Amino acid sequence: MNIFVCLKQTFDTEEKIVVEGGKVKEDGVRFVMNPYDEYAVEEAIKLRDDNGGTVTVVTIGPERAQEALRTALAMGADEAVLISDEAAFGDEFTASNVLHSFLKDKNADIILCGNQAVDDGSGQVAIRLAELLNIPHIGTITKLEISGTDVVAHRDAEGDVEVVGGKLPILVTAQQGLNDPRYPSLIGIRKANKKPLETPSAGDLGVDAGAVAAKGQVLETFLPPAKEGGRILDGDNASRVKELVALLQNEAKVL
Amino acid sequence: MSRNILVLADLRNGGLRNVTFEALSAAVRLAEGGDVYAAVIAGQAAGLTDQLAHYGASKVFVVENTVLENYVPDAYAKALEAVIAEAKPNVVFLAHSAIGRDLAPKVAARLGAGQVSDVIGAELEGGSIVFTRPIYAGKAFTKNTVAGDLIFATVRPNNLPKSEPDESRTAETVKLSVDLPADSLRTFIKEVVKKSTGGVDLSEAKIIVSGGRGVKSAEGFKPLQELADVLGAAVGASRAACDAEFCDYALQIGQTGKVVTPDLYIACGISGAIQHLAGMSNSKVIVAINKDPEAPIFKVADYGIIGDLFEIVPLLTEELRKALAE
Repeated sequence: MNIFVCLKQTFDTEEKIVVEGGKVKEDGVRFVMNPYDEYAVEEAIKLRDDNGGTVTVVTIGPERAQEALRTALAMGADEAVLISDEAAFGDEFTASNVLHSFLKDKNADIILCGNQAVDDGSGQVAIRLAELLNIPHIGTITKLEISGTDVVAHRDAEGDVEVVGGKLPILVTAQQGLNDPRYPSLIGIRKANKKPLETPSAGDLGVDAGAVAAKGQVLETFLPPAKEGGRILDGDNASRVKELVALLQNEAKVL
Repeated sequence: MSRNILVLADLRNGGLRNVTFEALSAAVRLAEGGDVYAAVIAGQAAGLTDQLAHYGASKVFVVENTVLENYVPDAYAKALEAVIAEAKPNVVFLAHSAIGRDLAPKVAARLGAGQVSDVIGAELEGGSIVFTRPIYAGKAFTKNTVAGDLIFATVRPNNLPKSEPDESRTAETVKLSVDLPADSLRTFIKEVVKKSTGGVDLSEAKIIVSGGRGVKSAEGFKPLQELADVLGAAVGASRAACDAEFCDYALQIGQTGKVVTPDLYIACGISGAIQHLAGMSNSKVIVAINKDPEAPIFKVADYGIIGDLFEIVPLLTEELRKALAE
């Protein structure tokens, strides 16, 4: 089985966001693999172990993004590809077109992605990619079963579960609950350093920088107004609860 | 410069969700004299035109087909493309919902268009629409424009202001027939398992009662559910509670999980890890109930009660039951 995972390196979710010079400050930030992509990598490794084949992980990003690829290799992926080229950086339109250029002649049986990245949170790239590759997709899955070329996935649809059928080749996006991603073992980490990591340029992939230029433009980045700690209510439980209900009704007016 | 705006109706159990009216209200503000249209894609679309008209749609494009009873990406994409070909909008609004967030990028990619996702604000500035959206799950925000004669935007429920409906307005219904043979659809729904999460949808809930590690067990969510029932609220949870298997991941609120902005968020036994705060701190009013006076949740709470949630929550449920009965 020819398995691909598209992943992204993101801020650790415990990081605070600091805006400096109109941009989110990256100095001193701990970067991790996007948590939703961890589910995708784990599922890919399980599929490879059950069906044979290779797992190739691919990302677009700066040099540091190769740490996320090394993590995936340490988890058990076989090969990695880092597309680190200014011409490949842009918005979701850009990213999906660059990934398409890379994947279009790879004959992938299945492509797995996180359903969104915890930084931009757009959830566009994977679905756009499926469309560009002219393969079907199943989004936000919490369960995946493949037998032969038949695919059955559970899709999380705002609490409801849709049991969706399809056929390979297909693209799926991982939702929390799909599996428990493994931690890389020490042996895995050691092996990861010897696994192949390619770094093609946008030109190598035949990307036309003009044609994939971003459609979206960010004008401004800002923080929400800081919340000041509110009122801590005093007294015994009964009186505090009474006071709270009165405050919600009369001051906050939310009831 | 005027622009035509199409809003795809977001349906839940056959009815229109509020976010549809919020998007229509925004479309009316942003069209600058252009036309505002609605589209209904459904297995059964009867009886929705009037409401869509009241919120500003002048035409309602309807694609009705039993295949569309459930969301199938290929079928919905074909239907939406047919509406776009007919309506020729410059902007297409969808809900940032189970359907909209899946469908918008698919159709945008087919048409080579740009998209802005999870919009919480949209204003006219210098002749173009400037969209506000969260990044890092609401730890920060960006203002964005999207270039092109056709752009897509998905709208987060509960954020764009909804106008008063004008019941004197009417709309023309335009029925489109779209051929959707089964063999053209590459995925299919085998079954839909409805989960009972108290019936109130987290992403659209006006009030959320949420539990964390302090709830201690699945059983411990019972008093929270009772409080939610009295308030007509949805029940949510922190990652700690989900990881400990007190509840399903579908309830998780945070940077991983759902991002919510209800009018009232009642956090019970939630310490307030940064990744949870990202998912809820933009709620209008926050109440925190926690034993630990040092819990970071109190820093974002408007009202805090330091105490045992198992004592406080049942008292609060009783008190609210009385207050709301009056």
